[in-house]
Amino acid sequence: MRSPLIPEMATQEVQLNETLVHLKTESETLKSKLEEERAKLHDVELHQVAEKVEGLGQFVMKTRRTLKGHGNKVLCMDWCKDKRRIVSSSQDGKVIVWDAFTTNKEHAVTMPCTWVMACAYAPSGCAVACGGLDNKCSVYPLSLDKNENLAAKKKSVAMHTNYLSACSFTNSDMQILTSSGDGTCALWDVESGQLLQSFHGHAADVLCLDLAPSETGNTFVSGGCDKKANVWDMRSGQCIQSFETHESDINSVRYYPSGDAFASGSDDATCRLYDLRADREVAIYSKESIIFGVSSVDFSLSGRLLFAGYNDYTINVWDVLKGTRVSILFGHENRVSTLRVSPDGTAFCTGSWDHTLRIWA
Amino acid sequence: MTIRNTLRDHGQRYRPRMACLKKTEKVLLEMQDPKTGVRSQPQRLVITTIPHAITGEDIIAWLADRFQVDTQEARTFGSMLVALGYIYPLQDHKRLVIKPDVSLYRFQTPYFWPTQQWPVEDTDYAIYLAKRNIRKKGILELHEQEHYNRLHKWMNHKWDFIVMQAKEQYRAAKERKKPDRVVFDCQERAYWVVHRPPPGTVSAMDYGLDRLTDPNSDEAKTPDFYERIMIFTQQSIMRPRVKSSVSIGALVKYCGTYNNHDPFLFKCLPSNPWLTDDVTYWNLNMPCVEIPTKMRVERWTFSFAELLSDPRGRDDFRLFLKKEFSGENLAFWEGCEDLKWGEAATIKEKAEHIYKTFLARGAPRWINIDGKTMEVTVKGLKHPHRYVLDPAQTHIYMLMKKDSYGRYQKSPVFKDTVKKAICPEEHNFSVAQLEQNAKKRRPSLSPIILRQMEKEQRAKMAANVDITQVMSKLSKQGKEAPPPPKK
Repeated sequence: MRSPLIPEMATQEVQLNETLVHLKTESETLKSKLEEERAKLHDVELHQVAEKVEGLGQFVMKTRRTLKGHGNKVLCMDWCKDKRRIVSSSQDGKVIVWDAFTTNKEHAVTMPCTWVMACAYAPSGCAVACGGLDNKCSVYPLSLDKNENLAAKKKSVAMHTNYLSACSFTNSDMQILTSSGDGTCALWDVESGQLLQSFHGHAADVLCLDLAPSETGNTFVSGGCDKKANVWDMRSGQCIQSFETHESDINSVRYYPSGDAFASGSDDATCRLYDLRADREVAIYSKESIIFGVSSVDFSLSGRLLFAGYNDYTINVWDVLKGTRVSILFGHENRVSTLRVSPDGTAFCTGSWDHTLRIWA
Repeated sequence: MTIRNTLRDHGQRYRPRMACLKKTEKVLLEMQDPKTGVRSQPQRLVITTIPHAITGEDIIAWLADRFQVDTQEARTFGSMLVALGYIYPLQDHKRLVIKPDVSLYRFQTPYFWPTQQWPVEDTDYAIYLAKRNIRKKGILELHEQEHYNRLHKWMNHKWDFIVMQAKEQYRAAKERKKPDRVVFDCQERAYWVVHRPPPGTVSAMDYGLDRLTDPNSDEAKTPDFYERIMIFTQQSIMRPRVKSSVSIGALVKYCGTYNNHDPFLFKCLPSNPWLTDDVTYWNLNMPCVEIPTKMRVERWTFSFAELLSDPRGRDDFRLFLKKEFSGENLAFWEGCEDLKWGEAATIKEKAEHIYKTFLARGAPRWINIDGKTMEVTVKGLKHPHRYVLDPAQTHIYMLMKKDSYGRYQKSPVFKDTVKKAICPEEHNFSVAQLEQNAKKRRPSLSPIILRQMEKEQRAKMAANVDITQVMSKLSKQGKEAPPPPKK
């Protein structure tokens, strides 16, 4: 193959290489042009504007509840809209619904697969969705009858060709958005299991997604192993914006509460803030002493604080505007795998590979 | 060939990128600098002298100084170095943590450093276990014994090779000087504790699942690949964008607006339930509470979206619109939301209902949208899909936002709500009271029950409407006795 004996093939190969080189140069030129256009409107840095903002005081954040009950690594969790219930999923296939306030377990489901990497609470509070190595996302309606086997009424909704990495209900119990190791995201109708829209564009496993807050329209952001964070139009399936400034896999993406920006956490040990209207990265949250990957990020209610869970078992709290770290929290004995702020912002919950979940406030 | 203990092949083959390894290696080199690195000296351990041993407290002190962090953070960092296998403990070798005392550690030899490129092979582990077995039978621990048995079963076809390698390594080791042998054995044992952790050991090389796509390879460079990039880049260039000062300014402003509503930045009244174990805050802020709190009402003034997304706010707004006789706008918007986010099977039915109620000529709740939008919508409704009402919905939303919303905030309905809104006193619990609160934690009504209750409530209201409509119709006709209500 490398040294073809047939002269025609040799010339063809040379021609192909020339075309590729030519195309590569062209695309690089275009990319520079894009950066130029972006730079034209870049008249101020975030930390400059933030100089006028009052500094934050000292924080006293402690573990207020520890939820024990999973027999293996906790991989994912989500809050119920009632601000106190949560659902969590684990490597051993168990999905548990807790009243985090009393620490009581209310429901439990055993999935037919291990590594349940995604779980979500339905907006109504009456169902949960979960999936993982089974390549599917299933919805389980919850029941008050303790003896009922929840698996009996389960609905198989999403079907991917590789593991399910994340899932989220949209504004109702009737639709689910999923992301998968197969490199795609998809929107599904829960009742029929019909695929409503699929989203192609990532060049590798997609690890996370987040839906935009309602008023800002029908968009969502996804992050993947190709180091890209893509913003998608749910209606058309098109990728409308793409950001590639991270140096490694993006493990978590989360919208700023106004919907005009989003934060990402990556294996390169940094969290970054991207402004959607200015179409650029506007902040990097990093420190020389932090070298282990970020697994999960979320904003506090006002967007001033960014909570990030790391693979070195800690949680770092960042001042979003000034870019400084305001606090570091210890407690977990293994990787922090998931982190979500409660719907009314009164606390945040972390799940860890040490089998526990903690509520912090 | 690597044998994985997989019951099902999930098709994943590639290890995730471990970006931290390169950074860790840089730190390790600094730590081993003879002048500026961690203080090391030979230490006596029982009979042998261990060269270049370092204490836990020295490691922590060095890290704290190097990164300008406090001891707890330095300790976490140090423990990660041990958990990755760059430093190993001489005592208590199964716990991969740094102890802040005179416990001894050594730097792992680069030969045994964790690497991104290739996974640690089961074959090598089998050879290691076999070698130890040769040296002294019965020396394997329980978990190692289990691994050994499993590997013996799965690798039976090459067991001769494994035993041969084990014997060869054992023989080579015997030729080393005793101190070197002891050190090497220590290093090798530490390596396997990291890569095949005993039960209860937390190892940082336990990275979770493999990936489907190779993160270390690049996508195939075809002309198509570049063309796709160029099309996308062109589109991105043409996207409208906003000056940084404007958009960043908006982000900063948002923080400022919501600062006092953020429980992490400002006291929530009467108290944060997670801090005091008192749920008054949640009770006062239930979705459809009759009298809202002042803070909640204030949020409705921040944006129209805030008002609509809060059920209590939306109810208030609905009341205002009813008085203005423009309730159909909100009802239409709600119908559109229901269509957009609802079950696929119900789209056609819902679209028809909305058309008959809001859009058709002479409809009972006709909404006022411009001619063009109406034309587009009616045309689209011939083949209804999820987003068919988007243009009309946006039009009505903007109408409410730019017109009704402003008037609502100046209206007697809103002013009345503001006046009645409560501002609870801050709780001031004593330590004893807090303990009591913690004991009195009670579960709350399950969302399942709440949903049932809501359904019953709505059914009742629908039935009431039926009766009153019928009654008023009859009284107009001069009849009094109502027929039995339809339901």
